[in-house]
Amino acid sequence: MYSQELTDNNMLRYTRQLVLDGFGPEGQNKLKMAKVLIVGAGGLGSPASIYLAAAGVGTIGIVDYDTVSYSNLNRQIAYSTEDIGKYKTDCSEKQLTRLNPDIEIIKHSLKLSADNVREILVAYDVIIDATDNFPTRYLVSDTAYFLKKPVIEGAVAGYDGILMTIIPDKTPCYRCLYPTPPEDIALNSTEETGVLGMLPGIIGTMQALEAVKLIIGIGQTVSGRIITFDAISSSFRDISWKRRKDCPLCGKK
Amino acid sequence: MIVITVNGKQEELPESTSITDLLIKYGVKPETVVVELNYEIPERQSWADIKLVNEDHLEIVKFIGGG
Repeated sequence: MYSQELTDNNMLRYTRQLVLDGFGPEGQNKLKMAKVLIVGAGGLGSPASIYLAAAGVGTIGIVDYDTVSYSNLNRQIAYSTEDIGKYKTDCSEKQLTRLNPDIEIIKHSLKLSADNVREILVAYDVIIDATDNFPTRYLVSDTAYFLKKPVIEGAVAGYDGILMTIIPDKTPCYRCLYPTPPEDIALNSTEETGVLGMLPGIIGTMQALEAVKLIIGIGQTVSGRIITFDAISSSFRDISWKRRKDCPLCGKK
Repeated sequence: MIVITVNGKQEELPESTSITDLLIKYGVKPETVVVELNYEIPERQSWADIKLVNEDHLEIVKFIGGG
Protein backbone atom coordinates (compact mmCIF):
# COMPACT_ATOMS: atom_id res chain seq x y z
CA MET A 1 0.00 0.00 0.00
CA TYR A 2 1.13 3.52 -0.75
CA SER A 3 0.30 4.79 2.70
CA GLN A 4 2.80 2.45 4.34
CA GLU A 5 5.57 4.23 2.51
CA LEU A 6 4.82 7.40 4.40
CA THR A 7 6.29 7.58 7.86
CA ASP A 8 4.19 8.81 10.78
CA ASN A 9 6.03 12.11 10.76
CA ASN A 10 5.35 12.56 7.10
CA MET A 11 1.68 11.70 7.56
CA LEU A 12 1.69 14.70 9.90
CA ARG A 13 3.88 16.87 7.67
CA TYR A 14 1.57 16.42 4.69
CA THR A 15 -1.70 16.04 6.56
CA ARG A 16 -3.26 19.29 5.29
CA GLN A 17 -2.79 18.23 1.66
CA LEU A 18 -3.45 14.50 2.18
CA VAL A 19 -7.07 15.27 3.04
CA LEU A 20 -7.68 17.18 -0.19
CA ASP A 21 -9.98 15.77 -2.86
CA GLY A 22 -7.98 13.87 -5.47
CA PHE A 23 -4.83 13.86 -3.33
CA GLY A 24 -4.52 11.22 -0.59
CA PRO A 25 -1.56 8.90 0.03
CA GLU A 26 -1.48 7.99 -3.68
CA GLY A 27 -1.04 11.62 -4.61
CA GLN A 28 1.61 12.08 -1.96
CA ASN A 29 3.47 9.04 -3.21
CA LYS A 30 3.40 10.42 -6.75
CA LEU A 31 5.05 13.57 -5.43
CA LYS A 32 7.63 11.49 -3.59
CA MET A 33 8.53 9.59 -6.76
CA ALA A 34 8.56 12.73 -8.95
CA LYS A 35 11.66 14.46 -10.27
CA VAL A 36 11.25 18.16 -10.98
CA LEU A 37 13.95 20.33 -12.52
CA ILE A 38 13.98 24.04 -11.76
CA VAL A 39 16.07 25.97 -14.27
CA GLY A 40 17.13 29.21 -12.62
CA ALA A 41 17.26 29.68 -8.85
CA GLY A 42 16.26 33.35 -8.83
CA GLY A 43 13.03 35.24 -8.17
CA LEU A 44 10.84 32.52 -9.69
CA GLY A 45 12.97 29.52 -8.72
CA SER A 46 13.12 30.53 -5.05
CA PRO A 47 9.41 30.25 -4.23
CA ALA A 48 8.93 27.36 -6.68
CA SER A 49 11.67 25.29 -5.00
CA ILE A 50 10.52 26.11 -1.47
CA TYR A 51 6.90 25.13 -2.14
CA LEU A 52 7.87 21.95 -3.99
CA ALA A 53 10.16 20.92 -1.14
CA ALA A 54 7.44 21.68 1.40
CA ALA A 55 4.91 19.65 -0.62
CA GLY A 56 7.25 16.64 -0.62
CA VAL A 57 8.46 16.39 -4.21
CA GLY A 58 11.04 13.61 -3.83
CA THR A 59 13.74 14.89 -6.16
CA ILE A 60 14.32 18.54 -7.00
CA GLY A 61 17.06 19.49 -9.45
CA ILE A 62 18.30 23.07 -9.47
CA VAL A 63 20.27 24.64 -12.31
CA ASP A 64 22.11 27.87 -11.60
CA TYR A 65 25.73 28.93 -12.03
CA ASP A 66 25.41 32.21 -10.16
CA THR A 67 26.23 33.37 -6.64
CA VAL A 68 23.97 35.36 -4.32
CA SER A 69 24.33 39.14 -4.45
CA TYR A 70 22.65 41.93 -2.47
CA SER A 71 20.49 42.96 -5.45
CA ASN A 72 18.93 39.47 -5.48
CA LEU A 73 17.51 39.68 -1.98
CA ASN A 74 14.38 41.76 -2.65
CA ARG A 75 12.85 38.75 -4.40
CA GLN A 76 15.01 35.62 -4.15
CA ILE A 77 13.53 34.43 -0.88
CA ALA A 78 15.51 31.21 -0.66
CA TYR A 79 18.55 33.30 0.37
CA SER A 80 19.62 35.40 3.32
CA THR A 81 22.12 38.19 3.79
CA GLU A 82 24.64 35.68 5.13
CA ASP A 83 24.51 33.85 1.75
CA ILE A 84 26.10 36.73 -0.20
CA GLY A 85 28.84 35.41 -2.47
CA LYS A 86 27.85 31.76 -2.10
CA TYR A 87 26.51 29.56 -4.90
CA LYS A 88 22.74 29.68 -5.20
CA THR A 89 22.60 25.92 -5.67
CA ASP A 90 24.47 25.35 -2.38
CA CYS A 91 22.29 27.83 -0.49
CA SER A 92 19.11 26.35 -1.99
CA GLU A 93 20.19 22.87 -1.00
CA LYS A 94 20.81 24.00 2.57
CA GLN A 95 17.51 25.87 2.84
CA LEU A 96 15.38 23.15 1.22
CA THR A 97 16.96 20.31 3.17
CA ARG A 98 16.36 22.21 6.39
CA LEU A 99 12.72 22.58 5.41
CA ASN A 100 12.32 18.95 4.36
CA PRO A 101 15.16 16.48 5.08
CA ASP A 102 13.38 13.61 3.29
CA ILE A 103 13.82 14.95 -0.21
CA GLU A 104 16.82 14.84 -2.50
CA ILE A 105 18.28 18.01 -3.98
CA ILE A 106 20.42 17.64 -7.09
CA LYS A 107 22.66 20.62 -7.80
CA HIS A 108 23.63 21.59 -11.33
CA SER A 109 26.00 24.49 -10.67
CA LEU A 110 26.65 25.28 -14.30
CA LYS A 111 25.56 27.44 -17.18
CA LEU A 112 23.02 25.64 -19.31
CA SER A 113 24.19 25.32 -22.93
CA ALA A 114 23.44 23.38 -26.10
CA ASP A 115 26.18 20.94 -25.03
CA ASN A 116 24.74 19.99 -21.63
CA VAL A 117 21.02 20.78 -21.73
CA ARG A 118 19.85 17.42 -23.02
CA GLU A 119 21.70 15.26 -20.50
CA ILE A 120 20.38 17.39 -17.63
CA LEU A 121 16.72 17.60 -18.71
CA VAL A 122 16.42 13.93 -19.64
CA ALA A 123 16.58 12.77 -16.01
CA TYR A 124 13.48 14.72 -14.91
CA ASP A 125 9.70 14.31 -15.26
CA VAL A 126 8.70 17.98 -15.20
CA ILE A 127 10.73 21.08 -16.09
CA ILE A 128 10.09 24.47 -14.49
CA ASP A 129 11.55 27.23 -16.63
CA ALA A 130 12.48 29.96 -14.17
CA THR A 131 15.35 31.52 -16.08
CA ASP A 132 15.95 35.23 -16.53
CA ASN A 133 16.58 35.44 -20.27
CA PHE A 134 15.11 34.52 -23.64
CA PRO A 135 18.02 32.50 -25.11
CA THR A 136 17.90 30.05 -22.18
CA ARG A 137 14.10 29.85 -22.40
CA TYR A 138 14.31 28.77 -26.05
CA LEU A 139 17.07 26.31 -25.19
CA VAL A 140 15.01 24.76 -22.38
CA SER A 141 11.67 24.70 -24.17
CA ASP A 142 13.08 23.43 -27.49
CA THR A 143 15.02 20.64 -25.76
CA ALA A 144 12.04 19.66 -23.61
CA TYR A 145 9.90 19.52 -26.74
CA PHE A 146 12.26 17.01 -28.37
CA LEU A 147 12.48 14.99 -25.13
CA LYS A 148 8.65 15.15 -24.83
CA LYS A 149 8.84 16.57 -21.31
CA PRO A 150 6.28 19.03 -19.94
CA VAL A 151 7.61 22.55 -19.32
CA ILE A 152 6.05 25.11 -17.02
CA GLU A 153 7.00 28.52 -18.38
CA GLY A 154 6.83 31.45 -16.00
CA ALA A 155 8.35 34.88 -16.49
CA VAL A 156 8.24 38.41 -15.12
CA ALA A 157 9.27 41.87 -16.30
CA GLY A 158 8.43 45.15 -14.64
CA TYR A 159 4.92 44.70 -13.22
CA ASP A 160 3.97 41.96 -15.70
CA GLY A 161 3.98 38.22 -15.23
CA ILE A 162 3.13 35.34 -17.55
CA LEU A 163 2.51 31.64 -17.09
CA MET A 164 1.87 28.69 -19.41
CA THR A 165 2.25 24.92 -19.16
CA ILE A 166 3.45 23.18 -22.29
CA ILE A 167 2.68 19.53 -23.00
CA PRO A 168 4.61 18.57 -26.16
CA ASP A 169 2.35 17.88 -29.19
CA LYS A 170 -0.79 18.44 -27.11
CA THR A 171 -0.68 22.14 -26.29
CA PRO A 172 0.86 25.19 -27.92
CA CYS A 173 4.63 25.29 -27.40
CA TYR A 174 6.78 28.25 -26.41
CA ARG A 175 7.41 29.06 -30.07
CA CYS A 176 3.66 29.05 -30.79
CA LEU A 177 3.58 32.02 -28.41
CA TYR A 178 6.92 33.60 -29.30
CA PRO A 179 8.17 32.11 -32.63
CA THR A 180 11.39 34.11 -32.46
CA PRO A 181 13.07 36.08 -29.69
CA PRO A 182 12.18 39.76 -29.33
CA GLU A 183 14.37 42.11 -31.35
CA ASP A 184 15.73 43.69 -28.20
CA ILE A 185 16.88 40.69 -26.22
CA ALA A 186 17.80 42.76 -23.16
CA LEU A 187 14.24 44.10 -23.14
CA ASN A 188 13.26 41.80 -20.35
CA SER A 189 16.10 41.45 -17.92
CA THR A 190 14.88 42.57 -14.51
CA GLU A 191 18.06 44.65 -14.38
CA GLU A 192 16.46 46.76 -17.11
CA THR A 193 12.79 46.57 -16.17
CA GLY A 194 13.04 46.38 -12.39
CA VAL A 195 10.88 44.00 -10.39
CA LEU A 196 9.01 43.95 -7.12
CA GLY A 197 9.65 40.69 -5.24
CA MET A 198 6.01 39.68 -4.84
CA LEU A 199 5.52 39.37 -8.60
CA PRO A 200 7.99 36.49 -9.19
CA GLY A 201 6.69 35.23 -5.82
CA ILE A 202 3.21 34.90 -7.34
CA ILE A 203 4.30 33.50 -10.70
CA GLY A 204 6.93 31.12 -9.23
CA THR A 205 4.38 29.84 -6.73
CA MET A 206 1.92 29.23 -9.57
CA GLN A 207 4.65 27.30 -11.42
CA ALA A 208 5.03 25.04 -8.38
CA LEU A 209 1.25 24.59 -8.25
CA GLU A 210 1.22 23.62 -11.92
CA ALA A 211 3.97 21.04 -11.28
CA VAL A 212 2.06 19.45 -8.40
CA LYS A 213 -1.14 19.25 -10.46
CA LEU A 214 0.70 17.75 -13.43
CA ILE A 215 2.37 15.12 -11.23
CA ILE A 216 -0.77 14.13 -9.37
CA GLY A 217 -3.07 14.52 -12.35
CA ILE A 218 -5.70 16.76 -10.79
CA GLY A 219 -7.58 19.78 -12.08
CA GLN A 220 -6.80 21.89 -15.12
CA THR A 221 -3.33 23.17 -15.78
CA VAL A 222 -2.59 26.34 -17.72
CA SER A 223 -2.24 24.44 -20.97
CA GLY A 224 -3.80 25.55 -24.25
CA ARG A 225 -4.01 28.95 -22.64
CA ILE A 226 -1.83 31.63 -21.15
CA ILE A 227 -2.28 33.46 -17.89
CA THR A 228 -0.90 36.96 -17.58
CA PHE A 229 -0.80 38.93 -14.36
CA ASP A 230 -0.67 42.71 -14.13
CA ALA A 231 0.65 43.59 -10.69
CA ILE A 232 -0.31 47.26 -11.02
CA SER A 233 -4.01 46.63 -11.59
CA SER A 234 -3.91 43.32 -9.66
CA SER A 235 -5.65 41.56 -12.53
CA PHE A 236 -5.22 38.23 -14.26
CA ARG A 237 -6.01 37.56 -17.90
CA ASP A 238 -6.74 34.04 -19.08
CA ILE A 239 -6.07 33.85 -22.82
CA SER A 240 -6.91 30.85 -24.98
CA TRP A 241 -3.96 30.24 -27.25
CA LYS A 242 -3.87 27.86 -30.20
CA ARG A 243 -1.03 25.92 -31.70
CA ARG A 244 0.53 27.85 -34.54
CA LYS A 245 0.09 25.86 -37.77
CA ASP A 246 3.34 27.26 -39.08
CA CYS A 247 5.15 27.02 -35.74
CA PRO A 248 8.89 26.69 -36.37
CA LEU A 249 9.09 24.00 -33.66
CA CYS A 250 5.86 21.99 -33.38
CA GLY A 251 4.00 23.05 -36.55
CA LYS A 252 3.29 20.82 -39.52
CA LYS A 253 5.76 21.64 -42.25
CA MET B 1 -17.04 53.03 -36.13
CA ILE B 2 -16.48 49.41 -35.18
CA VAL B 3 -16.59 47.70 -31.78
CA ILE B 4 -14.01 45.02 -31.04
CA THR B 5 -12.75 43.25 -27.94
CA VAL B 6 -9.15 44.01 -26.97
CA ASN B 7 -7.68 42.06 -24.06
CA GLY B 8 -11.19 41.21 -22.90
CA LYS B 9 -12.47 44.81 -23.00
CA GLN B 10 -14.75 46.42 -25.60
CA GLU B 11 -13.17 49.18 -27.65
CA GLU B 12 -14.69 51.51 -30.23
CA LEU B 13 -12.41 52.21 -33.18
CA PRO B 14 -12.58 53.95 -36.55
CA GLU B 15 -13.22 51.66 -39.50
CA SER B 16 -10.21 50.23 -41.34
CA THR B 17 -7.97 50.37 -38.27
CA SER B 18 -5.14 47.89 -38.75
CA ILE B 19 -3.49 45.87 -35.99
CA THR B 20 -0.44 48.12 -36.26
CA ASP B 21 -2.65 51.25 -36.03
CA LEU B 22 -4.25 49.88 -32.88
CA LEU B 23 -0.92 49.12 -31.23
CA ILE B 24 0.32 52.64 -32.01
CA LYS B 25 -2.91 54.13 -30.64
CA TYR B 26 -2.32 52.16 -27.42
CA GLY B 27 1.28 53.32 -27.25
CA VAL B 28 2.53 49.75 -27.64
CA LYS B 29 5.75 49.20 -29.58
CA PRO B 30 4.87 46.42 -32.04
CA GLU B 31 8.25 44.71 -31.56
CA THR B 32 7.54 44.22 -27.83
CA VAL B 33 4.36 42.12 -28.24
CA VAL B 34 2.70 39.19 -29.98
CA VAL B 35 -0.99 39.27 -30.93
CA GLU B 36 -3.82 36.81 -31.38
CA LEU B 37 -6.77 37.73 -33.62
CA ASN B 38 -9.94 35.64 -33.29
CA TYR B 39 -7.88 32.80 -31.76
CA GLU B 40 -5.53 32.70 -34.75
CA ILE B 41 -2.01 34.07 -34.69
CA PRO B 42 -1.34 36.34 -37.66
CA GLU B 43 2.22 36.77 -38.89
CA ARG B 44 3.91 39.91 -37.59
CA GLN B 45 4.61 41.00 -41.18
CA SER B 46 0.87 41.08 -41.93
CA TRP B 47 -0.18 43.29 -38.99
CA ALA B 48 -0.14 46.52 -41.00
CA ASP B 49 -2.41 44.98 -43.67
CA ILE B 50 -5.01 43.35 -41.42
CA LYS B 51 -7.97 45.70 -40.99
CA LEU B 52 -10.00 45.04 -37.88
CA VAL B 53 -13.74 44.50 -38.31
CA ASN B 54 -16.76 44.57 -36.00
CA GLU B 55 -16.73 41.94 -33.24
CA ASP B 56 -13.08 41.01 -33.74
CA HIS B 57 -11.39 39.58 -30.68
CA LEU B 58 -7.82 40.71 -30.21
CA GLU B 59 -5.34 39.73 -27.52
CA ILE B 60 -2.05 41.54 -27.09
CA VAL B 61 0.60 39.66 -25.10
CA LYS B 62 3.91 41.29 -24.19
CA PHE B 63 7.27 39.63 -24.48
CA ILE B 64 7.99 38.73 -20.86
CA GLY B 65 11.15 36.74 -20.20
CA GLY B 66 12.73 37.79 -16.90
CA GLY B 67 12.95 35.69 -13.81
